[in-house]
Amino acid sequence: MAIASADTAIRSSSFSRVLIYLVLLLFALFYLLPFGIMLVNSLKPLEEITGGNMVSLPREWTIAPWLSAWSTAQIGVEPTGLRPYFINSIVMAVPAVALSTIVGALNGYVLTKWQFRGATLIFGLLLFSCFIPFQIVLIPMARILGILDIAGTTTGLILVHFVYGIGFTTLYFRNYYAAFPTELVRAAQIDGAGFFQIFWRIMLPSSGPIIAVSCIWQFTNIWNDFLFGASFASGGSAPMTVALNNLVNSSTGVREYNVHFAGAIMAAAPTLLVYIVAGRYFVRGLMAGSVKG
Amino acid sequence: MGFLDINNVTKSYGAVEVLHKVDIEVQEGEFLVLVGPSGCGKSTLLNMIAGLEGITSGEIAIRDRVVNGVHPSKRNIAMVFQSYALYPNMTVGQNITFGLEMHGVPKADRDRAMADVAKLLQIENLLDRKPGQLSGGQRQRVAMGRALVRNPDVFLFDEPLSNLDAKLRVDMRTEIKKLHQKLGTTIVYVTHDQIEAMTLSTRIAVMYDGYVQQLGTPKEIYDNPANLFVASFMGSPSMNVLPARLRDLNGEIHAEITGAEDQSLHLRIENAPESYRAYLDAEVMLGIRPEAITDPEGADRNARNIQSLHNTVSVTEPAGADTFVSTTLSGKDCIARMRADADVHPGQAFDFAVNMDKAVLFDPKTEERIG
Ligand SMILES: Nc1ncnc2c1ncn2[C@@H]1O[C@H](COP(=O)(O)OP(=O)(O)OP(=O)(O)O)[C@@H](O)[C@H]1O
Ligand SMILES: [Mg+2]
Repeated sequence: MAIASADTAIRSSSFSRVLIYLVLLLFALFYLLPFGIMLVNSLKPLEEITGGNMVSLPREWTIAPWLSAWSTAQIGVEPTGLRPYFINSIVMAVPAVALSTIVGALNGYVLTKWQFRGATLIFGLLLFSCFIPFQIVLIPMARILGILDIAGTTTGLILVHFVYGIGFTTLYFRNYYAAFPTELVRAAQIDGAGFFQIFWRIMLPSSGPIIAVSCIWQFTNIWNDFLFGASFASGGSAPMTVALNNLVNSSTGVREYNVHFAGAIMAAAPTLLVYIVAGRYFVRGLMAGSVKG
Repeated sequence: MGFLDINNVTKSYGAVEVLHKVDIEVQEGEFLVLVGPSGCGKSTLLNMIAGLEGITSGEIAIRDRVVNGVHPSKRNIAMVFQSYALYPNMTVGQNITFGLEMHGVPKADRDRAMADVAKLLQIENLLDRKPGQLSGGQRQRVAMGRALVRNPDVFLFDEPLSNLDAKLRVDMRTEIKKLHQKLGTTIVYVTHDQIEAMTLSTRIAVMYDGYVQQLGTPKEIYDNPANLFVASFMGSPSMNVLPARLRDLNGEIHAEITGAEDQSLHLRIENAPESYRAYLDAEVMLGIRPEAITDPEGADRNARNIQSLHNTVSVTEPAGADTFVSTTLSGKDCIARMRADADVHPGQAFDFAVNMDKAVLFDPKTEERIG
C-alpha cells in the first residue's frame, strides 16, 4: 500500500522533485564553497594567493602550508605549530565528554527510575543551567578554579566543560530513559541487581543512540569553544581554537594565508570526523528520545 | 497462619487511600487470583507483596517471616510482568540466569538450572536468541522461565497473558495451569479477565475500588456472590439482575416480576431463609444466571425447583454451542442460555424454565446479598 502510493506520488510530481533536488544541490554547493576555497588555498604557495588568485586551483600543488601549520608556524611567541594545542584540545575534550556523558546518564537514570521527592525540581534546575549564557559563569568559574588551584590548566578546562555540559547530557538521558520501561528495572531489582548493576548491565547497553547524541553534542561544543579556552587556559595549555586565533593574529612578517587556511581545517577536522562517523546515530538518537519521550 | 499472609494491609498515595484493609491468607500450593476492573488496586497489592511498593500500614508475611521493608530480591519471590520485561540486550539464556548470577550462584549450577527450566518450558532451541527475535508466546515462556529458575516460595504474575492474541492466551492459560499442577508452587496471579480467574484459580479475590469484595473458591464466587458487584462482574454473559418484589402466596415466598406485556409473573422460592421475610412486599434485586434460564427440555435434571415462565422472546443469538435468547423481564433485557437446537423464535411466546435453586437476592440499597 505505502509503496504503491509513494510510487504514484513520485510520478505525479517528478518535475517538482527535480526542482527540489536542484535547489538543495545549490544550497549544498553554497555551503561547501568556503570549505572548498579554504582547502584549495591551503595547498597553494603564498605568492599565488597574494597574486590575487583566490578561487582557481593551484598552479603548483604543495603541502608545505600544512606542515608549517602543524609543526613550525609561529603561535603567539613560540614557533611550535598547532600540534601541541591540538593535543591540548584532545586531552581536554575526551575526558570532559566522557565525564559529562557518564554523569548525565547517571542523572537521567536516577531522575526517571529512582524517583525521589523534589526530582522534578532538580531536573528543572539542571534544565535551567542549559540556558545560562557562557558570559555569566565566567567570573564565578574563575574564582572556583582559583580556589581549586587549577586556574590556567587543562585540568581546569576539563572541569569547566564537564560541569557546563551536565545540564545538556542530563536532559538527553532523562528524556531517553523516561521512555525506557520501568518494569525492566523492577524485574532486575527482583533478580537482585543493585543500583549500579542495573545501570551498568541493563540501562547502558540499551543506550547506544543517546550516548552517541550526547558525545557528539558535547564534543562539538567543547572542541569549538573559544571563550572558556581563552579565559581559563593561558599560554601552553590553550586549546586549539585559541591557538588558531593566535596563529592568525601573529603579527610578525607577512600574513601566511595558506598556513592559516590549513590550520583552520585542522581545527575543524575532528568535529567533521565525529559527524561523519556517528552522524546517523545522532539522528536516530534524537528521534528515539523525541518520539517516545 | 498461612504461607503468605496479607494482614490488614492498606496503601495510600499521599492523602488518597487506594487499598483499604486487605486481609488475605494464602495456603501453600494455592493459586490465588486477584481479579477486578482496571484501577481497583490489583497491581498495587501484587507490587506490595513483591516489595516494589511500600506498605502504608499492615503486614505482609511469607513463610511466617514479616517482609515489610525487606528488599524484593530477599523475599524469595519471582514475578512475571505484563510486558514480560525481558532484558533486551541479553540472550534468552542470560535473561534466565541473570537472577542467579546476581545471587552469586556459581556458573556450573546456573547452567544446570537453566537447562532444567529450558527443558520444562521447551525453549531449549531459543537460548541463544535475543528477546527481540522471539514471538509473543515464546517471550511469555522465557519470562516464566526466568521466574521458575529461582525456585521461589511465591510466584507473582501481573496480567501475564494480556499481551497475547486470543488463541494463544487460551493455550498459555492451560500451560500455566499444568505448570502449577506439576510444581505445586504458591501463585498469586493478577488479571482483569474473569474467565482466566475462574479457570486458573483455587481461590479468587474479587476486588473493586480498593476493597476485597469477596474471597472464595471459584464455585463460591460464582454461585454465591456476596454482592451485586461480584455477581455482575463474574460470569459471561453476566448475571441477569431484575427488580422484583417478594410476595407471600399461600405461605410460600414468591418473587414477583413483570413480563414483556406488563403481566405479573411469580417465581416460587423454595426453602427461603427466614431473612427473606423482612423484605416481603419490598423491592429486591433478583439475580439469575443466563444458564439457569433454559427451554424446558434443556433444564438441569438435578434441579429441585424449576419454575415455568411464559414470556415473549425478543431476540435470539445463535453462538455455535449455545443459543442466547433475550426476553424482557421487569423492563430489563434478560438473557437465557439454551441448547443450540432449542426451538425458539423471536416474537413468539415461549415457556422458559427457570432454575430457582440458583437464584440469589440482593438488597437494592446496600447491594449486599440477602440470606
Ligand atoms: N504512583 C501513584 N500515585 C497515585 N496513585 C496511584 C499511583 N499508582 C497507582 N495509583 C492509583 O492506584 C489505583 C490502583 O492502581 P493499580 O495499578 O493497582 O490498578 P490495577 O487494578 O492494577 O488496574 P489495571 O487493571 O488497569 O492494571 C488506581 O486508582 C491508580 O490511579
Ligand atoms: Mg495493573
